[in-house]
Amino acid sequence: MARVQRYPDGSRVPPWDRAVDLNKEPAPVPEPAVTPVPEDLRRTIEAYMSKYPDRRSAVIPSIAAAQRHYGWCSPEALDQVAAVMRLTPAYVESIATFYDMFETEPKPAHDVYVCTNISCSLLGADELFEHFIETLGDEGDFNIRAFECMGACDIGPMASVDGVYVGPLELDDVAAIANDVRDGRPVLSRKQLAHRAAADPGAAVPVPDPDTMAAGPPMPPERGRGEATSPEDEP
Amino acid sequence: MTKLLFANIDEPDLNTIDVYRRHGGYEALPKALKMSRDEVQAQLESSELRGRGGAGFSMGKKVSFLPHGAMDKYLVCNADESEPGAFKDRELIQKNPHQLIEGLIIGAYAADVNRSFIYIRGEYQYQADILDAAVKQAEAAGYLGERILGSDHTLSLVVHRGAGAYICGEETALLDSLEGKRGNPRLKPPFPANQGLYQGPTLVNNVETLSNVPHIIRMGAKAWAEHGVQNSTGTKVVSVSGCVRNPGNFEIELGIPTRDLIMGLAGGPREGCTIKFFFPGGSSSPVLTAEEGLDIPYDFDSMAKAGSMLGSGSIIVVDDTVPVVEVAKKVAKFYAHESCGKCSPCREGTNWTVKMLERVDTGEATPMDLDIIASVQDQIIGHCLCVLGDSMAMPIGSLVRKFRAEFEEHIERAREARGMGVTVPEPEPVGIAGADPDVGPY
Repeated sequence: MARVQRYPDGSRVPPWDRAVDLNKEPAPVPEPAVTPVPEDLRRTIEAYMSKYPDRRSAVIPSIAAAQRHYGWCSPEALDQVAAVMRLTPAYVESIATFYDMFETEPKPAHDVYVCTNISCSLLGADELFEHFIETLGDEGDFNIRAFECMGACDIGPMASVDGVYVGPLELDDVAAIANDVRDGRPVLSRKQLAHRAAADPGAAVPVPDPDTMAAGPPMPPERGRGEATSPEDEP
Repeated sequence: MTKLLFANIDEPDLNTIDVYRRHGGYEALPKALKMSRDEVQAQLESSELRGRGGAGFSMGKKVSFLPHGAMDKYLVCNADESEPGAFKDRELIQKNPHQLIEGLIIGAYAADVNRSFIYIRGEYQYQADILDAAVKQAEAAGYLGERILGSDHTLSLVVHRGAGAYICGEETALLDSLEGKRGNPRLKPPFPANQGLYQGPTLVNNVETLSNVPHIIRMGAKAWAEHGVQNSTGTKVVSVSGCVRNPGNFEIELGIPTRDLIMGLAGGPREGCTIKFFFPGGSSSPVLTAEEGLDIPYDFDSMAKAGSMLGSGSIIVVDDTVPVVEVAKKVAKFYAHESCGKCSPCREGTNWTVKMLERVDTGEATPMDLDIIASVQDQIIGHCLCVLGDSMAMPIGSLVRKFRAEFEEHIERAREARGMGVTVPEPEPVGIAGADPDVGPY
């Protein structure tokens, strides 16, 4: 069993007076004059703020924009969001730490979220995640995370690679995904969710497929030979 | 079987406004705008359309709860589909976004709302891009904006992307998140219809619910309600996943036998396996074993009568190769991770349930711990601010109750594997000094 990490006083949480500097003033809203913000980031955030009746609503899209810009939610990035939105850094940080898709630690460039929730794990998602870690964990290019259900149980076990859903995945696909990402190709294009037809047989529209197009349209099913009647058989 | 939401779903470019219009899209909107608001509302109410997000509340009634008069009112479409096993909204948004937008405009007209939002989960990046493009097209065509199609109705629509939090699918947490706060559920009442987004009256509806609205207006409520059965009218997109051959979304008329859905449309269990149990309404619904569940009709009332619920209409099938303890652990861990921590029954209950299930898994538990697990679930249900706690308690409680023998067997086997002895040794009776052993201490 894994040992629980403990602080010197035996507690599993830091002592109450240790995590904070009690003499420090709470950080105010950053001064725009001393908080330089890249012009395109500022404009993006201001555009988000203008869309809502209350500018504070734009905080999630704005943090997302800062994360796209810097690669992660660094303290400087959050300060800049706070400066543009006129919020305290603590408020922005409280949002950034609440939501799963914001990373408050430096992370590798490419996100691989592997679903390990119930439907996918019934189909082997845990082995898939282990395999991702074994194959790509040490590479430094990939931010591999076990994620909760991403709403694609029909292609389980699945992963979201830089926002692109792919599945159903087999263990061999892991290396192919890594190659596609490194070469800048669309990730595993034959297994992308975007190209998947609806499973409902009643809703299916025949999708033109290069193989069947060459062979002509699908023929209607043949009637059983025993039932076949010719004019001669008629009495 | 009739297809309404899924009609032409795989038509290439159905997500563009031209193809959608070619298939009769945006015909219900002018029809609705010619009717009065009350007439549209009456249509929605008489169709008995029940919310497709999980609670199953009548949409028409919800619209009628909004106060009348000139004030800031809002409509929020809940596209934060994060329930494990549910993926119907994803397909509806990705393949037919204009159906949703048209329904949303009509719903906003009925509720006299001028500002609307679609809160889509952050993971659905591709779907959100499609939605953004569709909103732009609808704005350019004059379906959104000032004085829509020459009527007095004005509506703005903003697509808001979340950032990964299951709890934001709960309507009040979603509103908090949309206001730019942490997604914590609010105390109800007041309900969003009275005091919701920015303290204004707010109508919150699921993607599939709103996608049904154009069909109700187009066909008329009476013709639409002929689909389905009493109290569960209309068609439903059901997501089937897990141990089946053909997982995916299927549009059915409510009330068809569950067997047809799992064995027929979804292809049944994989080669050589049999179905052990299934979650009829996402991972938060109490499980039904194959014997209990396969032969009952798939609709709101029948599922409730069988002791489970239709929820969001997502079936997760589990076959006999999967240990039930694994399933319970996965489900409990998910809810423990996603609990927002605002109220204690959920925050503590989900965490302790995970710890106890881990003890069961490693064989450190005794059968008595199963009673404790069950009693913890009973103490969560109904005692939380939102239904997240209940969502864990209901399936875990039902799993422990229905598969108790397997849990006990699992404990025994884990103990054996760890060399801990098969049974717990009887404790030696403790002698009390001076007591007569025949009479007893008292």
